[in-house]
Amino acid sequence: MELKESVLELIRRAATDLPPDVEQVLRKAYDNEDENTPAKNVLSTILENVKMARKQSTPMCQDTGSLVFYIDYPERGLEKDFRQAIEWAAVEATNRQYLRPNAVDPVTGKNSGNNLGINAPYIHFHQWDKEETRIRLLLKGGGSENVGAQYKLPYPPLNAGRDLKGVRKVIIDAVKNAQGLGCAPGTIGVGIGGGRDTSYALSKEQFFRKMGQRSGNKELAELEAELLNDLNKLEIGPMGFGGKTTVLDVFIASQARHPATFYVSVSYNCWAFRRKTMIIKNGEVHYDD
Amino acid sequence: MTIKLKTPISEEEIRKLRIGDTVLLSGVIVTARDQAHKLMIEERPDFIREYLKESVIYHCGPVVRKDENGNWQFVSAGPTTSAREEPYQSDVIREYKVRGVIGKGGMGAKTAQGLKEYGAVYFHAVGGAGTLIANTVKRVIDVFKLEEFGTPEAFWVIEVEDFPLVVTMDSHGGSIHKEILEKSSKIAEELMK
Repeated sequence: MELKESVLELIRRAATDLPPDVEQVLRKAYDNEDENTPAKNVLSTILENVKMARKQSTPMCQDTGSLVFYIDYPERGLEKDFRQAIEWAAVEATNRQYLRPNAVDPVTGKNSGNNLGINAPYIHFHQWDKEETRIRLLLKGGGSENVGAQYKLPYPPLNAGRDLKGVRKVIIDAVKNAQGLGCAPGTIGVGIGGGRDTSYALSKEQFFRKMGQRSGNKELAELEAELLNDLNKLEIGPMGFGGKTTVLDVFIASQARHPATFYVSVSYNCWAFRRKTMIIKNGEVHYDD
Repeated sequence: MTIKLKTPISEEEIRKLRIGDTVLLSGVIVTARDQAHKLMIEERPDFIREYLKESVIYHCGPVVRKDENGNWQFVSAGPTTSAREEPYQSDVIREYKVRGVIGKGGMGAKTAQGLKEYGAVYFHAVGGAGTLIANTVKRVIDVFKLEEFGTPEAFWVIEVEDFPLVVTMDSHGGSIHKEILEKSSKIAEELMK
């Protein structure tokens, strides 16, 4: 299969096939909610929808998001080749209704109709020492993107200082402010440190971790576990109708900061978690979630 | 208990609904998003009037396709965030005698007042359940402003059957969104102590 066709298949899988680890966490959440509550009904509808989308090969959510690619490629790879393959695949995926046209020019207000535009699809390129190529794709919905937030510590309104206690406070605040608007139950990605741009970028890249995969940093891993528990006490619940499941998981990462700055970026991913990975090794393509 | 409703819906029927009610909606409804709402307020077009009277507006930008016979089909059609229509919604409800609005995330005080005054409710659909909801769309009856607005923003007149919804704002001033926000804000404050 040509590169462009395997990227098209990557997009199809991302839009129509919820990763099994996410589905399993949603199923657990369903079991955990009380009978005859809006929370349980919502989760039941979500799980039914996931099954139907996979079977029909149609987008689980009509907002098929913005396409964000992360490519790790070997020494001999050419960025231009990847870009061409991705652009072809995005147009074709739109023709086949795996994607809704979601690239709008902010100056003219015009939707390009094929998901192409300036920086769309967005591609993060990274050259690595391995012989294989890894292409990761996130389809990031607009509703959940809108509830993301960036804080600058110290943050006086919450009395949040420049330490992990302060970080914890602003994460709780962000999820409280999001309510059901990001299509709860969501997954929370957090980037601590860096500049304004790299802080958000780090928070979003956390969405490639599998459900339950704790940070390698002991303190951050503990904070993740604590927040997962605390955020589910907020009783915002699925779609914000109340209930025990407000978030599915919390992923936190840190990077160096300038002595004068301390950013905490919180990205929200809706329950319709659209991520897929493909590895190309010795000419063979292998897909993963 | 689940309540079955079919458009056109009378004011009496809509006033019976309370927040937390689960509803299966059938009949003809119309999708409308930002550009459609702006148009309805700025130009008050008549082409959509007959479809909206005692019917329901759906905040949705669908994925659609044409079948072999050239008929439109809904492929994926979950709700979009309703808050963007807050400046227009109440006036649209009054102008077009709409009985309900479907979306996600709830709406603000102006819409809440409109629901009370003109007899309408806010239905919440399950965000992200695009395929499931598209399967409840039996037929596309007509589409307006497709060329001008593009697929997501056009007025799609559709017939639905058993579209699953929850009433989250009723015609008596009740709002699940307001209740949950107040409750979760208190809990958040406790958690931060």
